[in-house]
Amino acid sequence: MSELRSADDVLSVSNLSISYRRRARAMRVVSDVSFSIRRGEAYGLVGESGCGKSTIAMAVMAYLADNALIDGGSIRLLGDEVIGARAADLREWRASRVAMVYQDPGSSLNPTMRVGRQLAEVYRYHDHVSWDAANASALTMFERVQFADPRTILERYPHELSGGQQQRVMIAMALAANPALLILDEPTTGLDATVEAEILDLVEELLRDIGTAALFISHNLAIVSRLCDRVGVLYAGRLVEEGPASEVLHTPHHPYSIGLLNSIPHWGATKDHLRLLPIPGDPPALGQIPSGCAFASRCAIAEDACLAAPPPLAPCSGVHSLSACLRRDDAADLAAVVAKNEAADGPAPVATPVRIGREAVVEVTDVIKRFSAHGTTLTAVSDLSLTLHRGEILGLVGESGSGKTTLARTIAGLYRADGGVVRVGDATTRSRRERASFLQMVFQNPDTALNAKFRVARLLGRSVKRLNPGLSADERQAKVLDVARSVKLQESHLDLLPGALSGGLKQRVAIGRAFTGDPTVVVLDEPASALDVSVQATILNLLVDLQREHDLAYLFISHDLSVVRYLSDRIAVMYLGELVEIGPAESVMRPPHHPYTEVLLSANAAAIAAGRARIRLRGPSPSLANPPSGCRFHTRCPRSLGELCATVAPPMQVADAGHQYRCHIEPSALATLQSLRPDAAAARDAETTTDTDATTTRSTRGHS
Amino acid sequence: MLTYLSKRLLLALVTLVLVSFIVFLASDVLPGDVGRTILGNFATQAQVHALDVKLGLDHPLLDRYWIWVSHFVRGNWGTSYTLQVPVFGLVMRHFLNSLILGAFALVLIVPISITFGVLAATHHDRPLDRVISVTGMSMLALPEFVTGIVVLVVFSIVVHWFPVSSSVPVFSLPSIVRNLFLPALPEMVLIFGYVSRMARAGTVEALNAGYTRTAVLKGLPRHRVMMRHVLRNSLLPTITVVAVQAGYLVGSLIVVETIFNYPGIGNLIYTAATNHDQPVLQAAVFLVALVYTLSNLAADLLYAVFNPRVRLAS
Repeated sequence: MSELRSADDVLSVSNLSISYRRRARAMRVVSDVSFSIRRGEAYGLVGESGCGKSTIAMAVMAYLADNALIDGGSIRLLGDEVIGARAADLREWRASRVAMVYQDPGSSLNPTMRVGRQLAEVYRYHDHVSWDAANASALTMFERVQFADPRTILERYPHELSGGQQQRVMIAMALAANPALLILDEPTTGLDATVEAEILDLVEELLRDIGTAALFISHNLAIVSRLCDRVGVLYAGRLVEEGPASEVLHTPHHPYSIGLLNSIPHWGATKDHLRLLPIPGDPPALGQIPSGCAFASRCAIAEDACLAAPPPLAPCSGVHSLSACLRRDDAADLAAVVAKNEAADGPAPVATPVRIGREAVVEVTDVIKRFSAHGTTLTAVSDLSLTLHRGEILGLVGESGSGKTTLARTIAGLYRADGGVVRVGDATTRSRRERASFLQMVFQNPDTALNAKFRVARLLGRSVKRLNPGLSADERQAKVLDVARSVKLQESHLDLLPGALSGGLKQRVAIGRAFTGDPTVVVLDEPASALDVSVQATILNLLVDLQREHDLAYLFISHDLSVVRYLSDRIAVMYLGELVEIGPAESVMRPPHHPYTEVLLSANAAAIAAGRARIRLRGPSPSLANPPSGCRFHTRCPRSLGELCATVAPPMQVADAGHQYRCHIEPSALATLQSLRPDAAAARDAETTTDTDATTTRSTRGHS
Repeated sequence: MLTYLSKRLLLALVTLVLVSFIVFLASDVLPGDVGRTILGNFATQAQVHALDVKLGLDHPLLDRYWIWVSHFVRGNWGTSYTLQVPVFGLVMRHFLNSLILGAFALVLIVPISITFGVLAATHHDRPLDRVISVTGMSMLALPEFVTGIVVLVVFSIVVHWFPVSSSVPVFSLPSIVRNLFLPALPEMVLIFGYVSRMARAGTVEALNAGYTRTAVLKGLPRHRVMMRHVLRNSLLPTITVVAVQAGYLVGSLIVVETIFNYPGIGNLIYTAATNHDQPVLQAAVFLVALVYTLSNLAADLLYAVFNPRVRLAS
């Protein structure tokens, strides 16, 4: 890419190759990667876990692990070579030329040092000023990252700050010495949606004001498309596509990028008219990258030539993008990727049968759940009532601390309610075993949910035996095979330990285990959140198929509104332990809806990309130990009426058939208020408009 | 912090009450009759019985325990059966001697252990780390009675560098080294094992922590990264270990002091136990337990002082 390199480049990486040595074997993780970032430009590096994006970032910082080996290439920072640079130069360049914001702000801050001091250090040791001057600069910097009370934040230790505040400190620290390049490595992963939105707003604003170039690393395409000018897509350590953000994300020219985009539910999609398209197969294992195109084995349009040598990254005709696909210019071929992936995956989406109004399978009435620790009592779930009907998917959303997991665990019987009634099943569901075969739960992290010492066959077998006590050994064996088949595990997987399975396969085992007793209800607590997007699509499809096949009811918990909207028939929203809204999915998604739902929607990156207004939460998240009086949301509500909201608990308002929300503002008034925002008014239309402009590739599929 | 403090104090108090009871019980059930031990084989059974009554040994166990405790807390620790001197002064004198020996060992070995532990961590998985780690591990496996006898034989008997029997040093460096180095050596070997291992583990963890990466990538000088970011965090658990070891040290002196005939509290406990000198035994053992509990308490407090998470918890 020598034609891209210019004097104006802040960073230019060329032909970079990096391996990790493990047990005397070198495993290539980054192969022949070249890209450059111009002054003031925001460059997005996108890819799934293990694609080498963080390794590239660490190579730029010259902070690779001890067992990493740079096999070749060059990294130039403002014209100076980073690879092999003297330690003194590196020390000088770090912070002043390039600085980094990390994924986990909590562990990236020194727990035994006040954050103001940690920031002041940068000034002290880069500008060689006195501590007093450094502290003064730190205060100014904290003002720039928009702390409401920067002076008190200076004196805080990291553990006294929320995740969002910690990340603000990290950003302040990274920008302290005016770097020419800011590297952001998944800076909002792990933060709540509304906090993520605030942080991204801040980054966007700072980048614009300061003119710092940015390397933004993320697995989240929606976030990258919002912040970046150009995007590079990494697959198995190679850059497979690069171009202007809008082009790559809307008209991708590499089968992998196309697959990635079709794996995520775009804003407004629902399971009833659109099936997600996971990329078939698995990415190559570490150190086993094939000699040809690494994506060929998963590619619908691969041909013999693809296997010969890795295709070079070359310009596509008619657009600005570069693609490393031999068939980059054949539009018909690229469109075929979607169709072929579709054919390979499974049944087409079917229109919804009526799922609401059937008999209740879970009834929660006035449930209260408290936790006591260190003399204080938290009411994690207060006076919550809801009903789950046979065959429906109820999505449960809310941010951390909202009580959604506590509610799920209380329903599943893992916690005993401190008040109210949880009724699961019918009059015949009495014993623990009957309850267990009626209702099962799938957890977020299959690594900790599966016993690592048991083989898959035993994991499933134990559960079959426990939930189906009447079966003979042969019948049990047959049932295990049956369950494995239904979650698309191969027979060879049964003999493996969980450690030998990929994240997606592990979650399939966990789901399979939940299905061994033919349950009627399954509680799913973020079942796909820890997985890469293409694997997430497989799991979501599997869940949809199983639900249709067995007429199951799901309580589906997720922080990702796009996913919840895609999957759910109804959506329930929780805030600080209370149910603030519940109703049919599409009705909850449009005004009038609870102001908190409005904020959540406007924090969703996909929704923002679809033209939603940005409404942000005010103030800090209140403590569950001491919830606000009146309406619990009034301290942060963008629609607060003042006195009334602060003193009187709001009633449930009926917005629509089966759609209720807890607020003082009546539906007609709220609808008017929320429609005043021009783009929110278009929310109803947004579904159709985003469908057409989200990806043109997708539009070739139409709505079958 | 206040709740943390009061909780620890309460816990320490409960421990002490339990220990005092166990100590009392244990010395009470030692074989042999107290009166007979004191008066010797030629006394009549009536004389022995009269002495037992005089000493209050005919009262029920709980009553005697209560009497002992209530006297003990008022500083009235009784009179030694065999030496016929007040127990308080006797125990305290020996205790002070032990403290001198223990402090000598700690002051000498703790900085060395921490230095080597940190050195091993910064050379993680390289030859220097291997040497230090293996040495530390081997030292942990050496009990005091083995090292004690070996150093005694080698340094006092074979090469005559140190006296066979140590006494309390006068306040001069040659005297201190001459009298204390040898008996302190077995303890130092053990402490090195524990402390260097702890310092190494803590430092390895801190070196790999996200905050150290942040500090390095902020472009801080190496000494600043090491002192303020790595060691400030990595030595927290080590401080706790040192404080606990300090308490353990005083208790484990019995063997060493006996071998080197050093007039410390360990030696006193040994003599009192063989002579069935109940008041001395009870007081000395309880004092050791007290030191042990206090040093544990000190460990918790130090940890709280250096760890803002604990210090600032409401």
